[in-house]
Amino acid sequence: MRHRGSLILGAVLAGSFLALALISFVWTPYPYAAMDIAARLKPPGPVHWLGTDQFGRDVAAQLMVGARTSIMVAIVAVAIGIAGGVPLGLWAAANRGRWVDEIIQRGSDLVFAFPAIVTAILITSVFGPSALNAILAIGIFNIPVFARVTRAGAISLWTLDYIRAAQVAGKRPLRISVEHVLPNVANLLIVQGTIQFSLGILAEAGLSYVGLGAQPPTPSWGRMLADSQTMFAFAPHLAIFPGLVIVLTVLGLNLLGDGLRDLLDPRLRRPA
Amino acid sequence: MLGFLLSRLGSLMLSLIVASVVIFAVVQVIPGDPATFMMGLNATPESVAHLREALGLNGPLPLRYLHWVAGMLHGDLGMSYTYRVPVAGLVAERLQVSVPLTIYALLLSTLLALPAGIFAAARRGRAGDLAVMGVTQFGIAVPNFWFAMLLVLFVALRLHWLPAGGFAGWQAGPWAVFKSLTLPAISLALPQAAILARVMRSALIETLGQDFIRTARAKGLSRGQATRRHGVRNALIPVLTILGLQFSFLLAGGIIIENVFYLPGLGRLIFQGITQRDLIVVQSVVMLLVAAVIVVNFAVEVAYALIDPRLRRPA
Repeated sequence: MRHRGSLILGAVLAGSFLALALISFVWTPYPYAAMDIAARLKPPGPVHWLGTDQFGRDVAAQLMVGARTSIMVAIVAVAIGIAGGVPLGLWAAANRGRWVDEIIQRGSDLVFAFPAIVTAILITSVFGPSALNAILAIGIFNIPVFARVTRAGAISLWTLDYIRAAQVAGKRPLRISVEHVLPNVANLLIVQGTIQFSLGILAEAGLSYVGLGAQPPTPSWGRMLADSQTMFAFAPHLAIFPGLVIVLTVLGLNLLGDGLRDLLDPRLRRPA
Repeated sequence: MLGFLLSRLGSLMLSLIVASVVIFAVVQVIPGDPATFMMGLNATPESVAHLREALGLNGPLPLRYLHWVAGMLHGDLGMSYTYRVPVAGLVAERLQVSVPLTIYALLLSTLLALPAGIFAAARRGRAGDLAVMGVTQFGIAVPNFWFAMLLVLFVALRLHWLPAGGFAGWQAGPWAVFKSLTLPAISLALPQAAILARVMRSALIETLGQDFIRTARAKGLSRGQATRRHGVRNALIPVLTILGLQFSFLLAGGIIIENVFYLPGLGRLIFQGITQRDLIVVQSVVMLLVAAVIVVNFAVEVAYALIDPRLRRPA
């Protein structure tokens, strides 16, 4: 019952930020880039619900549009991780204990030595900063994560009788991986995808905070925080709202991931 | 044990070599001509040629790579183009900030997380457990740099307890260093502590369900005694792995946190390198960071094998 609660709370939190990002395409309280110098640095109130920044731009509108950047970066990074990592994990599991498996595993260890920020630094030093840069840096780091999860799940499947039966029936390892292994690790991938999604939002915020992510004029939560830093002594709302939005989104996705894990894995469905 | 050590050492060397090739390739090969890249569009051909000469860019690529690696092994990280001083000297200066900060944060995180995790595991399902788990759920979701900004706002600017940023240097005395590193270390440590506490809790719960704990209870130890003497010690193995991983998160997180507090550490050096297109600085510092992560993970694996002989066999 407690797990059902975290599932619902997580889905509601994460879903509302996704909804806000989608709504921002058709409606925001004010145009997000519209400046109103007369109403600059206004605290939250009835006119601007979450206040305005140093150019008089509406904070709520910027947060809604910023959600698009965060969500887009995190989703594409998860897609890169799945597209690269899942085939590698399936391949390693089909050749468990052989040199292919060893190379994929050592390769994963190696990529883990390049945290997203370090990869982003490398890419930025050559190509300059951009949102694409953040996507690549986070996405590359996601590849070994999905490779490991897929391999771990798939290896235990390869010892089961129905896979043996498929082998005896003459199916090739590739076909077995796609037809029998992949559907059975899908649950693991959904849960891991949710977790990497939330980590991607955090990482994107960090990268754009230090200027390695989305560039102006694209609004992003991390850059709003960076911009607020010189002013937050007298305009704390500029720092508090973007941070709160990040926390609630990540919290929602984590709760959703926990809830999904319990829902999809019957072994965990025992009283705590 | 010797065979295990040798095979781990071999894979450590291999990782370092592959990582250095990747970093070298990205920084030196992809931009085309690094000298033109560093000088920008308005450079005269003579000045570019001069820089090429100074950077040793006229030799063939494999030779340049070997030159760079050989230099690193001798402690020579190249010359910074903008500062016109050896990179090794710049790095040594910055390490005086980054290393104490990372260690301070790692200590804080461990000292907070282990007791919290043990406390929660011992009260599994009760109010104390739920409180710890709720707080850690929040801790994981908080971006460390935002937490840092809140600390600056409330602890430094409102209460004036600690400085809001900057670093007086070691000559100002250890107390001043301690004060200027405290808020950065707290903001780095808390999110990591949340993760570590959850790992500690679930590892201990798993251990407490094992037969040897029942045996310990049956021979007359109280619950607390069994937990302390047999449970915690066995649960520390997964915790150690996470601690090794956290080192790299703290190192990477430090790059961002140094920006919040204007600390002159490795992270600031990298960002100055990027904005000034000082590729030599970026290349060498990134290599150092990656090498540190690889070496620490190697050390954790060895420590692991020392604690638990079952892990010495090849997987």
